[in-house]
Amino acid sequence: MLTDNPALLGLVTIVIGVGACLGYFFFSNVVLDKVIFPATGPNAGRNINRANLVRPWLFLFPAVFALTLYLAYPVFETLRLSLTDRSLDGAFVGFENYRKMMAESKFWEAVRNNMLWLIVVPAASTAFGLLVAQLTDRIRWGNLAKSLIFMPMAISFVGASVIFKLIYDTRPADQNQIGILNAVWLKFDGGIGSVLMLQVLPTLMYLAFAAIVAYVAWLFVKDIVGKGQDRSVWLLPLRLLVGVAGVWLVWLSVSSAIGVWSAELPHGEPQTWLTLSFWNNFFLMVVLIWIQTGFAMVILSAALRGIPEETIEAAIIDGANPFQIFFKIKVPQIMGTIVVVWTTITLTVLKVFDIVFAMTNGQWETQVLANYMYDKLFRANDWGVGSASAIIIMLLVTPILVWNVYNARKEMR
Amino acid sequence: MASIAGKKSGLTWAVHISVAALVLLWLFPTVGLFVSSFRSGDQISSSGWWAALFPSEQNEVYRTADPKDKRVADGDMFVVTGNIFESAPRDIKAWGVSSRDVAAYQPGETAELKDGESVTLQADGNYVWRGNDKQISGRGQRIFITATVPPDFSLENYTTILFSGSGQDNMAKAFFNTLTVTIPATIIPIVIAAFAAYALAWMEFPGRALLIAAVVALLVVPLQLALIPLLRLHLGIGIGKGYLGVWLAHTAFGMPLAIYLLRNYMVGLPRDIIENAKVDGATDFEIFTRIILPLSFPALASFAIFQFLWTWNDLLVAKVFLIDSTGSTTVMTNQIVELLGTRGGNWEILATAAFVSIAVPLAVFFLMQRYLVRGLLAGSVK
Amino acid sequence: MTSLSLKNVSKSYGTVEVLRNINLDIEQGELIVFVGPSGCGKSTLLRMIAGLEKITGGTLEIDGMVVNDVPPAQRGIAMVFQSYALYPHMTVYDNMAFALKLAGKSKVEIDTAVRAAADRLQLTDYLDRLPKALSGGQRQRVAIGRSIVRDPKVFLFDEPLSNLDAALRVATRIEIAQLKESMPDSTMVYVTHDQVEAMTLASRIVVLHGGDVEQFGPPLDLYERPANTFVAQFIGSPAMNLLDAKVTGTGETTSVQTADGGHAAVPIPSHASDADSAVKLGVRPEDLTITDSDDFLVAADVDMVEALGETTVLYFMSGSGEPGLIAKLPGIHKIARGTNIRLTAAPEKLHLFDDKGTSFLYR
Repeated sequence: MLTDNPALLGLVTIVIGVGACLGYFFFSNVVLDKVIFPATGPNAGRNINRANLVRPWLFLFPAVFALTLYLAYPVFETLRLSLTDRSLDGAFVGFENYRKMMAESKFWEAVRNNMLWLIVVPAASTAFGLLVAQLTDRIRWGNLAKSLIFMPMAISFVGASVIFKLIYDTRPADQNQIGILNAVWLKFDGGIGSVLMLQVLPTLMYLAFAAIVAYVAWLFVKDIVGKGQDRSVWLLPLRLLVGVAGVWLVWLSVSSAIGVWSAELPHGEPQTWLTLSFWNNFFLMVVLIWIQTGFAMVILSAALRGIPEETIEAAIIDGANPFQIFFKIKVPQIMGTIVVVWTTITLTVLKVFDIVFAMTNGQWETQVLANYMYDKLFRANDWGVGSASAIIIMLLVTPILVWNVYNARKEMR
Repeated sequence: MASIAGKKSGLTWAVHISVAALVLLWLFPTVGLFVSSFRSGDQISSSGWWAALFPSEQNEVYRTADPKDKRVADGDMFVVTGNIFESAPRDIKAWGVSSRDVAAYQPGETAELKDGESVTLQADGNYVWRGNDKQISGRGQRIFITATVPPDFSLENYTTILFSGSGQDNMAKAFFNTLTVTIPATIIPIVIAAFAAYALAWMEFPGRALLIAAVVALLVVPLQLALIPLLRLHLGIGIGKGYLGVWLAHTAFGMPLAIYLLRNYMVGLPRDIIENAKVDGATDFEIFTRIILPLSFPALASFAIFQFLWTWNDLLVAKVFLIDSTGSTTVMTNQIVELLGTRGGNWEILATAAFVSIAVPLAVFFLMQRYLVRGLLAGSVK
Repeated sequence: MTSLSLKNVSKSYGTVEVLRNINLDIEQGELIVFVGPSGCGKSTLLRMIAGLEKITGGTLEIDGMVVNDVPPAQRGIAMVFQSYALYPHMTVYDNMAFALKLAGKSKVEIDTAVRAAADRLQLTDYLDRLPKALSGGQRQRVAIGRSIVRDPKVFLFDEPLSNLDAALRVATRIEIAQLKESMPDSTMVYVTHDQVEAMTLASRIVVLHGGDVEQFGPPLDLYERPANTFVAQFIGSPAMNLLDAKVTGTGETTSVQTADGGHAAVPIPSHASDADSAVKLGVRPEDLTITDSDDFLVAADVDMVEALGETTVLYFMSGSGEPGLIAKLPGIHKIARGTNIRLTAAPEKLHLFDDKGTSFLYR
């Protein structure tokens, strides 16, 4: 039977589907030109012009139909569902679902984790991407290196989850560890090497992070306190937000840096990394960073190549060292691209589902919004709360949406 | 810079070393999975995959032949002789007869056991086990050896996953299901989006700017929002869960990016060429099929790769729109997630299954990387 | 016979009017050049004739038929674009055959036409090549060949030489002139911003400026009898000097006095009402000569000297013209900076423009 052989079925579908698409476009045009507005007779000119008024819509129809039905309509339908209760036959319940959702600790856990993801993953991916792009820019095997770092882009989140589960694997203490992370961990015994790697190094990284955050936050805030030129009211909330977030992040990293020294590290015991609450979030984020760095690298690398060589040569003649060239000449010139990369990764993070679903399924305090939503929709069958959480994701995406549309329109003018 | 600066600084070396380190770090996880997929379950669970690449010292247990059949009288004593290796010989470094001291003797030495019982083992595995009637009876004597084992890989896991495995372990069906989802879901949106992109790029009509803005907006709408309303719709109009539903969903979800990429590319084609075609007497349909499509090949290829990778790697859309309770239409990503649940410890199955599923995208990636990069740049850099 | 006729043609984008009431009658066999500074609307006008831009007012006739609403392919025109617009994925042969294929011509017919055109343009050896394997000049010829193949009533050229380097431009310009000569019955409309192309190719020139036709006439007419100050300064290089002057006597001959004391009796008639009015006295740099007599037009200090051998160009900052007076003298003159020099010109070489810039000849 035809339906028994998926390969054959697929083939037939391709032929029918593609054929139908092409057929639609071809015949609708023929009908338009030959039957409705024939380009002959006394009205030929007028008919041709009329046909040309209709034609764009023939070309657009299938796409617009798909976009409307599958993307635009669901936004409003989801909004409606989030305000109704399925068990009450879809009766309108106002913000009841949202209230229910807010009362759940699992929701707040997902929000907190999502915030962590939103800060760490785009920052780390962009930073690594920029680093690799800059380092590989002038070396002969740079393209090979980039190609290999770019490779995880092709790997599914699920495949990447399996890969990293192997890395995080744990065996009882008396067996050989087959997860590389535990194998490395067991090499640390509390000696001088451990102090260097596990305490000095992380402290330095925390402090470096705090310094960068403080610098960026200061850039945003200084126009409020100082005598900056750009004091538009529009940007004030954004500046305040960045300022507050910056202070919070600095506080967090400084206290973590202190925490590194006071903590008792369980040397010699293999760890089940994915159940270490709070830290396990970072082990999941590593998977996405691993995938997204290649993306950031490719785009930033192109941007770096686009910088006019003359500006760099001028800086060399002015006596700038390689680091000054990078931070003072190159980075400012590609700031626009960095923002684009950052927002693109942010979008990916907001939708991240597969990694959490495959690795922990939200257990051990690793829940994120997308997985929470899936849980509500398809496990708990609670469409109201599920839709409400989907709307939350939509709200988080909206600023980027507005920004993109604003930019696109500006560009078209 | 190097060409200007004249002298090569030590920094160059630092750059080479850091890049090498980063590349290794990024490659390491995938290589681990790749290597593991060629090892047996026992091998995986007894040592880390990184150890499998080199000859390793391993402890193994063997048993001498069964005294019942093989013992030979030698005066008032009995002797069993033979070779402990049946198929794969090892290079014995040390050996022992007790699990408490597995490396008590060197090859060629004789282990004196209680009451005159003795075992001699040569480096090539030949042994002589001597003792009285009572001692040389029951089961064969256990012999522990420490030997250097060469790296050992086999394709057995792949045979299991692709051909011989049963039930969940066999990925062949899921592989074809994935293909069935992927190929129409890649080609159909290209056709539809290409026409729309042409209209948005080169035809004049009221509302064009608004439509373009709408496409840009829909570019970022999370598909999570679409799940419930569309599943209800599909169930309502009788499509239900199945291939048709997942094709439609993938087509629509890929549409904003497809239109965006293709329109941006088509707008960049020289206006003169299109006007010249008009002067030459081509209709819009002819301009599209004979001029625009051939010239847009790079953009079409870029999007095709995106859509292929996305549909091949997708889990969520397949779970919601395709896979019903019978599971006969499962795709590879879903099967792997299920394997993670039920066979979480069987790394040989998991690693091989995962590698089978990522092999195709990786091949596409390395063959078509140029177009992928071009598409990424067109889609992101403004 | 009138081949192309524009009646009150105008074009506006929304409220912005880019072309106003253009009236042109073009005879069969003419080569008309639209010339003007960038943004003057010359390309837009050409594209309206081609049918690529909508005509928002007036009528356009080709061979006596109103074609306002006729799509480009049915107008009987062919166009050569500035960028040549060759189809990059088709061979030279296919590029030339494309329009005929679309028109449903038979294979034999297409082949004959393409080979004839290729022969004429020395492209026969390149018919199997893709455009990217051709030189700039060859691409240009393919673009021309593509239009010849269609045997149109009107050829349209949109700045076809501006993508070529200087040497090739001269060679191709001559080729186009020869091509025109070999096809005496075909009408051509040619857009350029280069006055040399306009002067050498055109049977008549249309000077466009800010959406209006400033003058329409044979090339030397434009040089000798410019209708207004714009045409006067646009045609000719360096541009015509315009001196501030006052009318001192009217009649068959008009007497004027320049701001720095020079006099001239210009053989151009004027009305009595012109007496004492401020006018512009136009004189081309190449018409100025040095004089010792008191009967001079201008006396000024030389500010800079460009000795080119063939000519000597003098720049005067203190002259009454703006932005400065230029004189172009044949041969070599040893003149130091700062020398005070008197210049004059033959009266029949002088031009008079009223305060609106219109030539006295065209009032």
